[in-house]
Amino acid sequence: MGYPHPSHPRETPVLSKYFGDPEARTLAGWRARGGYEALEKALATDPVEIQNLVKDSGLRGRGGAGFPTGMKWSFMKPDGKPHYLCCNGDESEPGTFKDREIMRWTPHALVEGVALGAHAIYAETAYIYIRGEFTEPYARVAAAIDEAYAAGILGANAMGTGKRVDVHVHRGAGAYICGEETALMNSLEGRRGNPRIKPPFPAVAGLFGKPTTINNVETLTAVPHIVKNGAEWYKQFGRADNPKSIGTKLFSVCGNISRPGNYEVALGFPFKEFLYDLCGGPLPGREIKAVIPGGSSVPILTREEAEGALMDYEGMVAAGTMLGSGGVIVFDDRQDMVRQIARLTRFYAHESCAQCSQCREGTAWTTRIMERIRDGQGTAEDLDTLLSIADNMSGKTICVLSDSCATPVVSGLKKFRHEFEAKIAANRSMVTVPGAPRASAA
Amino acid sequence: MADVKMVSLTIEGRPVTVPDGTSILEAAKSAGVLVPHYCYHPGLPVAGVCRMCLVEVEKFPKLAPACATTVGEGQVVHVHSAKALEARKGVLEFLLINHPLDCPICDQAGECELQDYTFAEGRADSRYREPKRFNPVEDFGGDVLYVQNRCILCTRCVRFMDDVVHEPVLNVSERGDRAFIGKAEGHDLTNPWAGNVVDLCPVGALLSKDFLNKARAWELDRAPTVCTGCSQGCNAVAETRDNVVVRLKPRPNEDVNQYYMCEVGRQGYRDFNRRDRADQPLVRLNGQLQVSDWEDAINAAAQTTEGRRLVVIASPNLSNESLFLLERMIGERNGAGVFRLTRGGESVLPGAKDLALRAERAANATGARSLGFSEVTQFTNAVRSGDAVFVVGDQLDGIDASELAGASSVVYIGTALPASIAGTVTAVLPVTNTLEEEGTFTNLRGRVQRYLQARTAPGVARPTWYVLADLLVAIGGNGRFYLPSEVFAALSATHTTFAGLDYEALGLRGLPLAPQGATASAEVTV
Repeated sequence: MGYPHPSHPRETPVLSKYFGDPEARTLAGWRARGGYEALEKALATDPVEIQNLVKDSGLRGRGGAGFPTGMKWSFMKPDGKPHYLCCNGDESEPGTFKDREIMRWTPHALVEGVALGAHAIYAETAYIYIRGEFTEPYARVAAAIDEAYAAGILGANAMGTGKRVDVHVHRGAGAYICGEETALMNSLEGRRGNPRIKPPFPAVAGLFGKPTTINNVETLTAVPHIVKNGAEWYKQFGRADNPKSIGTKLFSVCGNISRPGNYEVALGFPFKEFLYDLCGGPLPGREIKAVIPGGSSVPILTREEAEGALMDYEGMVAAGTMLGSGGVIVFDDRQDMVRQIARLTRFYAHESCAQCSQCREGTAWTTRIMERIRDGQGTAEDLDTLLSIADNMSGKTICVLSDSCATPVVSGLKKFRHEFEAKIAANRSMVTVPGAPRASAA
Repeated sequence: MADVKMVSLTIEGRPVTVPDGTSILEAAKSAGVLVPHYCYHPGLPVAGVCRMCLVEVEKFPKLAPACATTVGEGQVVHVHSAKALEARKGVLEFLLINHPLDCPICDQAGECELQDYTFAEGRADSRYREPKRFNPVEDFGGDVLYVQNRCILCTRCVRFMDDVVHEPVLNVSERGDRAFIGKAEGHDLTNPWAGNVVDLCPVGALLSKDFLNKARAWELDRAPTVCTGCSQGCNAVAETRDNVVVRLKPRPNEDVNQYYMCEVGRQGYRDFNRRDRADQPLVRLNGQLQVSDWEDAINAAAQTTEGRRLVVIASPNLSNESLFLLERMIGERNGAGVFRLTRGGESVLPGAKDLALRAERAANATGARSLGFSEVTQFTNAVRSGDAVFVVGDQLDGIDASELAGASSVVYIGTALPASIAGTVTAVLPVTNTLEEEGTFTNLRGRVQRYLQARTAPGVARPTWYVLADLLVAIGGNGRFYLPSEVFAALSATHTTFAGLDYEALGLRGLPLAPQGATASAEVTV
C-alpha cells in the first residue's frame, strides 16, 4: 500500500501489506497473519537448500547495489568459524524511508527474515544495526525481539529445533557512512565508523574478523515470503523480458509530488505511470522537472528520461541512472537545481568519514563552489573546475561516498547546465565572497 | 623462508621478484621505484587512506593503492603512467586546498613530503578560490606541538600510538573536512616513545617543541651515530648546525630500533654541546696545572704509572676501541679496570620487537664487560694505596674525594675536568665526545655498531682512541695505531668474542658478536 495513502490497485503489496495495521506489530498478530511459518520451515531445512532457493528466486540486494542475495549467501561455507549476519537498518540515504516503515509496522517480519538469514549462512548470531535517529523503529524491533525470545522463537533452542539463533539490536549514532557495510561493522565493533579496505571482503573477514554476510532490511524481509511460497511464486513479479530483476520493491517517494509515501510495485513497473498515477503526479499547476530515482547517490533524470524509464535494475541503467535504494526524489519546475544540488553535496561533505583525501577535501570544496554559484558568485571556470574535481573524486577512494557526491554534480551539470550558467550570468547576489574572482574577470 | 612462494611482476618496466603477499609499494621499493605515499609506513598497519600511492595495474578496472594491493604473478604496474600521475596530482591538489602554504615559517620545510611530491608531481598553481579552513595550534604535551592547518590526516601518529605504543591517546575527531587529530581528554603525549610521532608525520603538522624554529632542514649537517642514552643502541642521526648539535633523530634499523627512538635518547643531544670543555692538554707543574703540548702531557701521564699498578676508571660510553687500548695499558701495568653505571626505569615499546629504553643508561657497558672491566658503585675497593689512576670519561659525579685518596696520582682523560679532582690531577688529556669521533659500541644484545663523527672537537682535543693509542706507546705497550679501524682489527684479532668482525663490514647497521653460541649469550644475559 502507498502508506500513508490508501493502497493503489496497481501496487503489489507483499512486504507492505500490513503497513498501518497495528495488530501486525505484535507476535500474536503476526502469527495470525502467517508469521514465523517460513522460519520454522527453514530451520528444518539445510542451509545450502535455502541458499539455492534464494539464488533461484532471483532476489537481489535492496540496499542499493543489487547484488544477488543467494549468491552472497553461498559464499558462507560451514568452516567451523563463527559466522555473523548483519542486517543493515542504517537507512540514511537522502530520500529513502522504506526500511523505516518495515521496522515500524512489521518488526516481526524483519526478525523472522534475520533469523532465517542467519540459519542460511551458518550463523548463530545476527545483529540488526538501526539508524540512531530511528527511535520508533528501534523500539518496535527491540520489542519484537523480546517477544520472540520469550516465545522461544529466538535463543538457544530456536522454535524448538535445537538450533541457536541470537539477534541483537544496535543503534547507530548518527553517521550516514555507517550504512556502508564495512563502516557498519567497525561501528558495531565499537570503533569509529570508517569503511575498511577491501579485500578482505566481509565473507572472508567481516565483523570481528569473522565471515560475515550483510543484507538490507528489505532484502531479509523478502526472504520468508520466498521460503514460504517458493521461487516460482516470486518470479511472477517482474517484467517478462527481464529475468534479471525479480520481485517486488518498495519505493519511497518524496519531494514535489501530490502523494508522497511508500509504494510497493513489481520490478519493471513503468516509471511514468508510477509518478503520475500511483503518486498522483505533480502538485496542481506545476510540472515535474527532474527526478532522482534511487536515493541521492544516483544520477539525476530529466522529466523526459524519467517518463521513459522502467523501475528495475536494468531499466534504470538503460535510462542512465541506477535503481539504488528506491528513494525517489521529485523536483518540479519551481525548484532551482543549483540550490538542490548544492544541498546534496553539503550533505556528503558533512558525512564524509574523512579517511580518503579526495573525499574529505573534495566534498567540501565541491560544496563551497556549489554554494558560491548558488549565491550568485559563480564564475565560468567554476563549472570546469567542478567537473575536474568530480573526476578526481570518482573511483579512487575506499568507499563510494566520494563518487556519490560527484554524481549529482556531474549529472546536474550535464542536464541542467543552463541553470548554472544563468546563475553565473545574473551574478545577482548582494553578498560578496572574499577572495572570489568576479564573474566579469572570467 | 625457503617455502615462501615468490611472485614475479613488472614495475615500471623492471622485472621484480618478491615473496607472495608483498605490497606493490614495497615491491616497487625493492626495484628502486618510489611510489609517492603519505599514510603508508613500513612500521605501521596499512591504512590506505591518503590515496597518494595510486598506481595503474594492467587489467585492473580502477587505479590501485600500492600500499594495500598485494603483488600478483605477471602483474604489469605503471607508477608514472598518465592516469596514475593525474590521480596523484588530484590528491595533491586536495591536500593543499586547505593547507596554509606557510613553508617559509614551517619547521618541516626542506624535509616535507608534501613539498617534495608537490614539486615532483603536483600542480604549479591552485584552483581553490574559497576561504581556507583555520584551526588553532594545539599543545599535545610532551615534546609535541600539533599544527592542525598543516595536517593531511594520514593517521600515522594515531596508528603509532594505538598499535606500537599501545597507548591510544590520539584519534581522528570530527569528520569531513572538519576532521582533525584529537587527543584523549586528560592525556598527553608524555609516553617516552611518543616523540616518534614527530618523525612519523610526513608534513609539518606534528613538530618538536624543542626543535621549534631552531634551524632550517637544509642548513643541517647529518652524520650517522648510535644513541648513548641506554644499552639498546638505537641507530640515530646527529644533526648539527654550525657545529652545534640541534637534534637526534632515529635511523631505521630493523634489528635494533626499527624506526624509533625514545625521548631520553633524543634529549641527550644537549650533553654533546657542553661549553665547559677541556680543550688543551694540562700538566701540573709546581703545584699548578699548566697548559702543555700533547707530547709532554702524554709523557707526564705515562710517567705516573711507572712501576705502579694502574687502575682505570672508565666511562661505559667509551668506544670498544678506547676500552681495548685501556685494557692493554692495564695489562702492561698489571692493574684493573672498573666502570660505574647509571640505572633507570625500563620503558618498553610494546609494538616493536625487542625495543626498550633499557635500565642500563650507557651505550657500551656490554663492551666494557667483555673487555674485562667490572662494574662498581664506588672506588674504595678498586683503588689501593699507591695505585696510579686514570679517570677516562667518568665525570665522578657523586664520588667522594676519599675514594681516590689512596692513589699515588690521578690523570684525567675526558671532556670536562671534574671540580672534585681539579686540585689533584697530575695531567689532563682533553678528548672528544661520542659525536666528535668515530668508533663502535656493543649493545646489550651483543651487536657491534659503528658511529661516525658529527661535529669537530673544541680546541686541540683529540679522539679518545687516538690519545689512548699514544699513551699506550708512551707506557711501553705494543702496537701503533693510526686509524680506529686498526684498533678494531687488533681487538677482533685478540678477543674471541669479537672474532671475525671487520670494521668496514660492520657498515652502518652493525653486526652481532660472532658466534652467537652459549658463551656469547651467557655474557649478554648478565
